[in-house]
Amino acid sequence: MGCRRLQGDRRETRLRLNELKAHELLPLIRRHEVTVEEAVTETLDRIAALDGTIQAYITVAREHALQRAKEADARLAKGEPPRPLEGLSIAIKDNICTKGIRTTGASRYLEDFIPPYDATVIERLEDAGAIVVGKTNMDEFAMGSSTENSAMFSTRNPWNLNRVPGGSSGGSAACVIANEAVFALGSDTGGSIRQPASFCGIVGLKPSYGLVSRYGLIGYASSMDQIGPMTRDVRDCALILNVIAGNDPRDSQSYPGELPDYAGCLVPEISGLTIGVPKEFLEEGLSGPVRDAFMKALDRLEELGARVVEVSLPHVRHALAAYYVISSAEAGSNLARLDGVRYGYRAPGQEDSASMMAASRGEGLGPEVKRRIVLGTYVLSAENREKYFNEALRVRSLISRDFQEVFKTCDCLVGPTSPTVAFEAGEKTRDPLEMYLSDVYTVPPNLAGIPGISVPCGFDEEGMPVGLQIMGKQYDEATLLRIAYAFEQATDFHRRRPEVPQKTYQSESAGGERSV
Amino acid sequence: MRITKEDVGRISILARLKLSEDDQSLFAEQLSGILQVIDSLDEVDTGDMNRMISPAGLTNVFREDVVLPSIDPEEALKNAPDKEGAFFKVPRILEAD
Amino acid sequence: MKEVFEPVIGIEVHTQLKTESKLFCSCSTRFDAAPNRNTCPVCLGLPGALPVLNKKALLFGIKTGLAFNCEIAEFSGFDRKNYFYPDLSKNYQITQDAFPIGTNGHIDVMTDGKTRRIRIKRVHLEEDAGKSVHEGGTITGAAYSLEDYNRAGVPLLEIVSEPDIRSPKEAYEYLLMLRRILLYLEVSDCKMEEGSLRCDVNISIRPEGSDEFGTQVELKNLNSFRAVERSLEYEVERQSQLVASGGEVIRETRHWDEASQVTVSMRRKERAEDYRYFPEPDLAQLNIRRSWVDEIKATLPELPAARRMRFIESYGLPEYDASLLTDTKELADYFEAVVREYGEAKTVSNWIMGELSRLMNATGIGIESVKVRPGDIAAMLKMIDKGTISGKIAKTVFEEMFAEGKSPETIVKEKGLVQITDEEELAKIVDCVIEENREVADQVREGKDKALGFLVGQVMKMTKGRANPQAVNKLLRQRLAN
Repeated sequence: MGCRRLQGDRRETRLRLNELKAHELLPLIRRHEVTVEEAVTETLDRIAALDGTIQAYITVAREHALQRAKEADARLAKGEPPRPLEGLSIAIKDNICTKGIRTTGASRYLEDFIPPYDATVIERLEDAGAIVVGKTNMDEFAMGSSTENSAMFSTRNPWNLNRVPGGSSGGSAACVIANEAVFALGSDTGGSIRQPASFCGIVGLKPSYGLVSRYGLIGYASSMDQIGPMTRDVRDCALILNVIAGNDPRDSQSYPGELPDYAGCLVPEISGLTIGVPKEFLEEGLSGPVRDAFMKALDRLEELGARVVEVSLPHVRHALAAYYVISSAEAGSNLARLDGVRYGYRAPGQEDSASMMAASRGEGLGPEVKRRIVLGTYVLSAENREKYFNEALRVRSLISRDFQEVFKTCDCLVGPTSPTVAFEAGEKTRDPLEMYLSDVYTVPPNLAGIPGISVPCGFDEEGMPVGLQIMGKQYDEATLLRIAYAFEQATDFHRRRPEVPQKTYQSESAGGERSV
Repeated sequence: MRITKEDVGRISILARLKLSEDDQSLFAEQLSGILQVIDSLDEVDTGDMNRMISPAGLTNVFREDVVLPSIDPEEALKNAPDKEGAFFKVPRILEAD
Repeated sequence: MKEVFEPVIGIEVHTQLKTESKLFCSCSTRFDAAPNRNTCPVCLGLPGALPVLNKKALLFGIKTGLAFNCEIAEFSGFDRKNYFYPDLSKNYQITQDAFPIGTNGHIDVMTDGKTRRIRIKRVHLEEDAGKSVHEGGTITGAAYSLEDYNRAGVPLLEIVSEPDIRSPKEAYEYLLMLRRILLYLEVSDCKMEEGSLRCDVNISIRPEGSDEFGTQVELKNLNSFRAVERSLEYEVERQSQLVASGGEVIRETRHWDEASQVTVSMRRKERAEDYRYFPEPDLAQLNIRRSWVDEIKATLPELPAARRMRFIESYGLPEYDASLLTDTKELADYFEAVVREYGEAKTVSNWIMGELSRLMNATGIGIESVKVRPGDIAAMLKMIDKGTISGKIAKTVFEEMFAEGKSPETIVKEKGLVQITDEEELAKIVDCVIEENREVADQVREGKDKALGFLVGQVMKMTKGRANPQAVNKLLRQRLAN
């Protein structure tokens, strides 16, 4: 069935296939010890057993996945060489277009939308042998920090079902830590990969702006969006990045430079490197357990031979304000295409086109999305544009310059990923402003276009994960991943898994499955 | 309040977003709170900084003038809420006077 | 005293650029009657699609800016113009607001013999919208509309003049010259009937001599250059009468009704639209290097005005001829090809403006499709000079050349049209004609010249036009002098 003894392990550790990291599963598939169909079936069974509880998936593409698995096995049986990600089950955040598979953006507006094309990252992953098993839940159109803004349902944090998984890539984070996929893709505009990674105790990387193609990603803030890997460890992250990163002629802002082999850069050696801690990140709102875990992480980095120094990003306290102005403006414009004409929800019974558009958007879009559209329209209007939008773009330049300044002397910067651990469902939904404040550490790298990764760095007394954010120089993911890897290998946080109450483990579809 | 219910009403027309009266009031209140935070941008001395439109810093990204296959009309219309033949169909464009 | 008003006119032209693919995606720009056949995620505005700039469109834009004497921007880029309309697939148009590729240009326009300089304010690139087909045929009263996005994303060049135009006729000449230049550059087909050239005008009036600006009225639904001229004539009259009788011109958009030849107020609510322009974050900025601009400048063809001047100076042609011959690049090239082999520019001009034009008009064939090779016209003209054929026969030969594309030598040979100049041969026929027309011959002897013409005609008839008329004339006089 799905339990496999790892070769050479005398203690008969029975690890289920779905618990293996990508770099552990790949050799088994390559050596024909495990068929792709077995691996994928194990994942699908796990989803069937668990997802009624976790609710990470909006759509499970069972038939599609099994079909691809069979094709992969046939190819391997013929003696064709295994591809870099052969047979790995991937979960895709539901704002990334998958051809023939419903892509909703967690919005009622796109509830029935089936894209006629694949995002570039999907093409690359599938060419590398990975298999899409489903589309994950998120805050509607990526606007939110808890996945509670999904128009479908909420996702639960596998560590504590009363807590949020973070957002907006909450579904992706939850399914990775709950072994409902080998890895996942998320998207990050203001922290949407890193913060859920931190809340769920996994690795989440927001690449440098432009490193990964945005073609096929439903646009939120065009100048900040990035797709990135959400994985169980840093090595998996590097493996995925190798496949999805790199210039795409269909994305004009795509990085044109040569890229290294990211997995090959993973040497757990960081002595002599300088790690900066922005003092502004330690100033306010930092809760006990997060602060404690972070300080211990700094100690660990020093033990590994790095030099930890205090630095300053003087303008970073304006980052949230600049972020909300710019992202709302860009998002409001990007979402204007949702008008009920060519696809998506159309409100019935409207007499004229303008009313039809207004009603379709009014009924089909959720409150947070509508709020951002109003804000975005407001800050771009003729009388406000200079004061808000243009000014935010200038503040952005200042923040970017602050980063460039500190990177003259530091190889990377660190801080907590989020001021808190995962909060309770419903705790921050009363006031949108409160939700916005949880992005305070993650937003600056999006503005400046630099990469940021969250790795697990501890747990609070209630067993909730804490994340360490490492920020790197633009397009220098190699150094960033190396530092993340060194820290990870010197700790064991990445080996911890939550105990999720599940229904009887069985290979038939159980309740809670949503198929394409 | 920095942004009034009437402001929200006007914006909702510009943005083709039908909002109930209650939502207009609620948004006005919530956005006024958010704008108060955003107003902190005023404190920053941006001097002669340029606007950073994109962190990519690229210029002159082009493609050659080559035709590639389009998608089939059936695919293009697959998700259409209403269609006639190979056209997308919309209610009358002119509003009632 | 009746106040004299002068019109102040500005024109905005949109022209579709003749690229193979669209401005921001690789769909074909070729006109297709079947709707939504040239579409893709980008031009349909599907979620996740991104624009990528067509280099050739930029090149065409720079080329045109140079031809209009514009300053080509060193730093340029695209902006989003945000508004909602069913034919706009993203509900924003990618255009150039803040940094157009060309500014501060001009075109020299000749109206009624006088040349004036019309300044070009800006030239910029933008994408076209799709096409709406309205139930019932017009947007008014239509129960629904049908959207076709084949045209969405086709590259447009917008050319905006300063309000320097001072008469409806000048507006007409401006448009002719603008189109002429665009066709010379081969960047556009400029067919108003097909929509590849569109035009909006604005007009105000002011007392002659004043330098203040009056209230502008915008005119739309102008489907031909003549419509532009007539609608402006109508507006000048309408506005003048209004002001003269104490009224005020309202700032509005008026619709030209071709059937009744009047402008009609578009009584629709004029909602002042705030387009919320901002720089397009999905596209990289443009850094238009001077070296590239110089390269493009070197590829500019000789433009119409310059070519016209050269025809006047080098070939000694009158203004009228030079203007007509340089109306299109193809015609000017054709003319020069003939002159290269024949030499006598005015003669060539006469034939092209005369016989060739007549035949082209009669058959609706344009100069690009004419079967007559320039070398053949040269050959024919040389045959006339040598006396191998008469001027009159040449016309027949030419008609055959036009219809069949054969060389004059072939035709003359096939039809046996070589001119008879041999005096002995002619003398026989002359004598014969005199014999058969004694009474008329007597009249000639009495001094009636008209009668001579009749006899010449008879000789021509008998030789099927092949006799050399001068020789015939001479022989008849000789014979009848006795």
